[in-house]
Amino acid sequence: MASCKLKISGLGKRYGDFVALAPTDLEVAEGEFLTLLGPSGSGKTTLLNLIAGLSVPDDGKLLIEGRDATWQPPYERDIGMVFQNYALFPHMTIEDNIAFPLQMRKLKPAAARERARQALDTVRLPQVAQRYPKELSGGQQQRIALARCLVYKPSIILMDEPLGALDKKLRDQMQLEIKRIHRELGTTIVYVTHDQEEAMTMSDRICLMEGGRIAQLGTPADLYFRPRSLFVADFLGESNLLEGRVATSGGDAVQVTLAAGGRPVGARSNGHQAFAAGQPVRVMVRPQNLGLGAADHAHDGTHDGPRDGEGDGGTLQGTVLDRMISGSLTKLYVQRAGAAADDAPLVAAYPTARPRERHEIGETVTLHWRRADAVVVPAA
Amino acid sequence: MSTSANRDIWRHPLWLGAPLALLFVLLLIYPVGQLLLLSVQGSEGWTLAPYRKLFASSVYVNVMLITLKIAAWTTLLSVIAGYPVAYLISSLPKERKTAWAFWILLSFWTSFLVRAFAWILMLSRNGVVNQLLTALGLQDAPSNLLYSLGAVLVGMVHALMPLAVLTMLSVMENIDRNLPRAALTLGARPGTAFWRVYFPLSMPGVAAGAIMVFVTAVGFFIVPALLGGRREIMITQLIIEQVQQTLNWGFAGAISVLLLAVVLLVFLLYDKLLGLSTMTGSSADRGRKPGRGPGPLQHAADALLAALGHASDALLALWPRRLRRARREAAPGTTPLLRGFVLLVLFFLSVPALLMIPLSFADKSGLNWPPSGFTLRHYETLLHSPLWMQAALRSLLVGLGTALCAMLIGTPTAFLLARSQLRGKSLLLAFVLSPIIVPRMIIAVGLFYVFSRIGLVGSSFGLVLGHTVIAVPYVVMTMMAVLRNYDQRLDLAAQSLGARPWQTLRHVTFPILAAGLLSSFLFAFATSFDELTIALFATGGLNATLPKQFWDEVTLQISPVIAAVSTCLFVFVAALIWVADRLQRRSLAN
Repeated sequence: MASCKLKISGLGKRYGDFVALAPTDLEVAEGEFLTLLGPSGSGKTTLLNLIAGLSVPDDGKLLIEGRDATWQPPYERDIGMVFQNYALFPHMTIEDNIAFPLQMRKLKPAAARERARQALDTVRLPQVAQRYPKELSGGQQQRIALARCLVYKPSIILMDEPLGALDKKLRDQMQLEIKRIHRELGTTIVYVTHDQEEAMTMSDRICLMEGGRIAQLGTPADLYFRPRSLFVADFLGESNLLEGRVATSGGDAVQVTLAAGGRPVGARSNGHQAFAAGQPVRVMVRPQNLGLGAADHAHDGTHDGPRDGEGDGGTLQGTVLDRMISGSLTKLYVQRAGAAADDAPLVAAYPTARPRERHEIGETVTLHWRRADAVVVPAA
Repeated sequence: MSTSANRDIWRHPLWLGAPLALLFVLLLIYPVGQLLLLSVQGSEGWTLAPYRKLFASSVYVNVMLITLKIAAWTTLLSVIAGYPVAYLISSLPKERKTAWAFWILLSFWTSFLVRAFAWILMLSRNGVVNQLLTALGLQDAPSNLLYSLGAVLVGMVHALMPLAVLTMLSVMENIDRNLPRAALTLGARPGTAFWRVYFPLSMPGVAAGAIMVFVTAVGFFIVPALLGGRREIMITQLIIEQVQQTLNWGFAGAISVLLLAVVLLVFLLYDKLLGLSTMTGSSADRGRKPGRGPGPLQHAADALLAALGHASDALLALWPRRLRRARREAAPGTTPLLRGFVLLVLFFLSVPALLMIPLSFADKSGLNWPPSGFTLRHYETLLHSPLWMQAALRSLLVGLGTALCAMLIGTPTAFLLARSQLRGKSLLLAFVLSPIIVPRMIIAVGLFYVFSRIGLVGSSFGLVLGHTVIAVPYVVMTMMAVLRNYDQRLDLAAQSLGARPWQTLRHVTFPILAAGLLSSFLFAFATSFDELTIALFATGGLNATLPKQFWDEVTLQISPVIAAVSTCLFVFVAALIWVADRLQRRSLAN
């Protein structure tokens, strides 16, 4: 890991009785793209404001490049921040907006102007220098906000849901743009979003937050494939979460008796904690890992035996409720046999291009998974 | 209503403005035009005699200069002292905002007469200010504080600062609080962030507040008449004198022309420097051509603001670091110093009326401070006085009538201005606002002249008409603001569900706009209820309204009964604001 750019230890913030951020530890490496992800009210913006110096912590310490910045005001921290609504100064031209931080750093006007032009080139908008923010589109304003941060090369750039106000297509485009700039300039970025897809595609690491705490910190793959808790499993991507209790547990392999009954099914541990027999858990299977076969393709009436070459996994039977094509994938909603009507249906996904697995509504199907594709997480 | 008629209304939306146009032509343009004509029409054809008299000696020019001086000082003091108040209130969270704004609103809605009277009591020889100064050893014996320039300025600032605060507040509420925060993250110190970012954005509010205060102050007569001496006579007092004592219409017309010319000149200057569009609170940069950089004036202003920023930062840096740390929490703007100052201003605004209340119950001390003894005598006198009771009843009826008329005439116009894509909309808006721009005294004298010829003087109907002219602009402005926040897709939704235009209005639009309608109704009612200028003439000496009765009494003698009346009015206004706030909250909660 490269040198540590930002180090937070025991940082916490309360508003009266409400704990906005429980004492939290976090380290961000030089050049890293770290995303603070979470639902609204999870503390991610509180944490970002504490890093920016826009609010003051109740406890803990905050080091930027090794120096104590806990009590430093924002204007002494040398950080850059991109606000959700861009916060461009409406009474200044684009050039003046970008030159503003340089002016604050006592640069000569001519030099500031020159660097502002360069920053405009970086975000590919050299032609708008003399315009006012209102005359620019949302996407352009977004780039200017970015340029205003890049121009003074701050040690860290903080972004507070910077793409929240853009439409889908523009958002995808700006994601690429931000990634490109991150790659080319090697800036350290702390990025806040509530969009899990955005977090997955852009981040080196994700810090998923819930109720003022870090729920899990790791690479996108870590969080996706080895969720620490039910919350993480549920928040990131679509998943089937089957209720059950641990039957036997030996290292990575865990056998779980599902609440619906039947023989124990096979899964693997999420790798974060040990599981004891009898412990209530959930088995997480991603929709694309639920294999499909018509009921008559199953071996026999029990439906829970292992199938050839698929390891020691599990099988379930159910009725097709609905089928939806979402682009390259088709999703099949299946009600488990014996489940209550208001239980969430299982979701299986398969490539739309594979016509062999087309199933009709009302048809009985068998869903199966390999042990390696099922992950056990604690139930609470 | 038949549907074809509805269709015509929406196809030719100009009809929506017709009632207002008719009202203004008959009761604003015609009377004011008549008055101005009178100044150049003698008994034998055209004449300039009134103007020769006006400029023959320095007397009248001096009065105009004094008026301008008092108005300028009032504006300067109101805006400078009001700015921090508006700044602090706009930065507060919602619940506390209502609590602080209540005191501004209370002061704003309390009658000018009541407030001026309260200052008479405060500043009199045996008043609380003199007592305090003597007790503190700052003077040996009570001195004469009343009837001086200082007294007039205190009264004027007290009267008009709430207007300045509310105008600036409406602009400041729309400034994105993230902008100064963004400046901080970009390396600006708090002072620089304020002067370079926040202050320029608040300028439209400052300018709008300043011109509103200035124009109102130029046409003011209550405070100088009650608190001023012979050297603080203002121009409108001369007009009253000409009409009431010498019945010299020509000369009154000539003075009115002078006053009107000054006011229009001020607006012209304002437009040249800042653009009239800033009056409605939209930002000033709209007029600039795209792709063109700022001009030299802009650069000079930037340099000045940068210097102010550095100066305040240097000042702030003098504070011990530990103190600054504690302060930073709630964003720049809520320092104890600022809070202290704002509390002081609110104290200044509220205390005269509050101190008047105990005096109205005082038994032995009369109107001297401190009050002693307790009696309800003055209130009994009031209740048994047919003059006061009839005046109160008449004011209520005229107020309700005015509010109703103003709503019926103003609301369609607001729809027209807010919804249709008219060319020359800003011109139309200026027309709608003209009763606020034209000094009220000129409207009042013009109406008096026209009413006297058609026998409307002394009638409640005439008063309602006159008050409606003045109240309509407020209704239009309030309703336009409400309509701007109204999601028109709701109407489309209703129509897609089968509702005809009038059904849509009745079942969807009006119920949602109810809070706005109510507040504009109250606005119009309060405007009429507190109106003195028109009532001064149009009541014709008989059939007084409450403000007219108050004026007649207070100019004759200062009595404890007036303190009782003032207390009643003050409590009435406080209750009205409280009820309005409650109703608005309830309608928002639904």
